Amino acid sequence: MSQPSSELMIEARAVEKWYPNGFQALRGASLTVRRGEVVVIMGPSGSGKSTFIRTFNALEDFQKGSITVDGIVLSNDLRNIDAVRREVGMVFQQFNLFPHLSVLDNLTLAPVLVRKRPKAEVEQQAWALLERVGIAEQAGKYPGQLSGGQQQRVAIARALCMEPRILLFDEPTSSLDPEMVREVLEVMQNLAAEDITMVVVTHEVKFARHVAHRVVLMADGEVVEEAEPELFFTNPSHQRTRRFLDQIL
Amino acid sequence: MNPLLRRLRAELFATRADAALSLVLISLISLAAIGCLRWVLTQAQWAVVKVNSTLFAVGRYPVEQQWRLWLLTALLVAASGATWGLIRAHPRPDRTGVLWPRNDRLAVGLLSLIALALPWALDLNLAIAGRWWGLTVLLVFCRWLAGRYGARLSPAGQRLAALVWPVLYLVGMVLISGGLGLVTVSPSEWGGLMLTLLASSFAILLCFPIGVLLALGRRSDLPLLRWGSVLYIEFIRGAPLITLLFLGQNILGFLLPGGLAPERVWRAAWVLTFFAAAYLAEAVRSGLAAVPRGQLEAARSLGLSYPKALQHVVLPQALRVALPAIVGQFISLLQDTTLLSLIGLLELLGTARTVMANPAFLGRNGEVYLTLAVLFWGCCAALGLGSRALERRLDPHAVPSAT
Ligand SMILES: Nc1ncnc2c1ncn2[C@@H]1O[C@H](COP(=O)(O)OP(=O)(O)OP(=O)(O)O)[C@@H](O)[C@H]1O
Ligand SMILES: [Mg+2]
Repeated sequence: MSQPSSELMIEARAVEKWYPNGFQALRGASLTVRRGEVVVIMGPSGSGKSTFIRTFNALEDFQKGSITVDGIVLSNDLRNIDAVRREVGMVFQQFNLFPHLSVLDNLTLAPVLVRKRPKAEVEQQAWALLERVGIAEQAGKYPGQLSGGQQQRVAIARALCMEPRILLFDEPTSSLDPEMVREVLEVMQNLAAEDITMVVVTHEVKFARHVAHRVVLMADGEVVEEAEPELFFTNPSHQRTRRFLDQIL
Repeated sequence: MNPLLRRLRAELFATRADAALSLVLISLISLAAIGCLRWVLTQAQWAVVKVNSTLFAVGRYPVEQQWRLWLLTALLVAASGATWGLIRAHPRPDRTGVLWPRNDRLAVGLLSLIALALPWALDLNLAIAGRWWGLTVLLVFCRWLAGRYGARLSPAGQRLAALVWPVLYLVGMVLISGGLGLVTVSPSEWGGLMLTLLASSFAILLCFPIGVLLALGRRSDLPLLRWGSVLYIEFIRGAPLITLLFLGQNILGFLLPGGLAPERVWRAAWVLTFFAAAYLAEAVRSGLAAVPRGQLEAARSLGLSYPKALQHVVLPQALRVALPAIVGQFISLLQDTTLLSLIGLLELLGTARTVMANPAFLGRNGEVYLTLAVLFWGCCAALGLGSRALERRLDPHAVPSAT
């Protein structure tokens, strides 16, 4: 496992968010993530995990607190939002592949349109990435023709093709059949060994134990506990964490 | 037993009840068909159509300028043939393409048959019949050429080839109305099928972008934009087209910046456009609603700007879903052009009414209306065929990834 450096990639301080219907989903959530670090976020359903990581690439706005991503201060300035999104990739629970594009085109779309790179060069890279996640032979197919596990691996490759410095995962294995979970986790584990910074919302305890540098528990819109995996699972300091672990272990 | 007979038996006469029902239906259909045919072949007097075929086609367009319309038809035919061939030469990447599928051979046979039969049925003189044959040969030739060599066209070349259509539209406008050295033919002299097609294609082309913008506006976060779109759509959908057409003749001259709608024809075309845009917006909105939220989020998280995400991710999927509804709108738009006759324009129906008002053709309404129905049916069938081809082309095994 590579060791994280001391450089801060994500710094979220006391973030508060209200949804338009008035519901407060984040109540002062804070988190710092260093470069190369793999942080797993756990917590009960509705605790604000998705909302929290979606603020990191400005898919959700927030009303109080501050977030800095790779040195860029997130504000409502549109130029900043575009800059952040180029540096931060995201993998969704529902894959969200573009069904009208072939697998290869799913990968090349953004680098060509956003980074303005020549198509041929991006395609080379896309092939290499598909090779890496083990589905190069499906490059010409459409997402609807792939299994869930294959789709999620394509989604990871698609995010990687933008060469992000940070990858966010929102329950990447939750909508997969059990036998497909492993193939996706393996890909993620291989990624973790590299320089890339990862924030992963997941309920996969084994992944959290063996891959994460740090595990975080969220409850009611706050970060309750933050600890190294061993400590987190064997000797958490908060009552709330113990109750949560009792439920999932 | 012969397989066809066996199939007929299985489908029509499987049980006693089936057989009885089939026999009743077959006799009813035969009776109706025989009646129609008898009327068409023995009772109807087709002179009214034969004598006025030019009037039905182009209205009172000056005879010495009609070569421009023939030229335009030839260009359109060549472009259609080339497009048809190019589509066959570039099958979707995940499919194997057949250059001459059975349907295409059938279509060519049918078109040739029509080209041979029509001049005979209409008593066209040899010069004009020859032109129809020439057009048919041109179509098949371009179809063959593009199918044979189209595969060599690079993607950039394909995009360039698609530009032929908008360019052709502008060329057509010039050919029809004159200018650039050609004698001007004022819109008041346009008529017949040409005016019908011109008005409907103008409205179809322009209502499409307006309708998409309205649909996006209706879903926008900006309240002003949203309410503006809703107001517009609901106002237009609440008013009958005919009142809007009359209204347009009276006030459009004031609303549009000077010189944009000087002629009654153009005013009517704009009203059709604005009218169709409201309905189109609703069709597009249903398509947009069918695209999962995650698609926009995924595109945005990859760094695509909102317009780019719409253009490359959301709209292609939304329009694919909305395509049948959109084409339905186009078809009713085509038929709505008949209302132009009520504001005194001589499109197909208007032309038909002047013909029927002529004492020489008294009582020949049946023949005229049947001709009109067949012409409209032909245009709508062409639209429907095109849309089905497009639908098949846009549909991979596209099941949205979010279920
Ligand atoms: N668009 C929205 N409008 C209003 N409330 C919302 C919206 N999205 C989420 N919420 C609410 O915000 C809270 C946090 O939601 P979030 O999706 O972040 O939770 P989560 O921890 O990811 O839960 P899960 O494990 O179920 O994915 C929930 O109570 C949810 O009902
Ligand atoms: Mg969630």
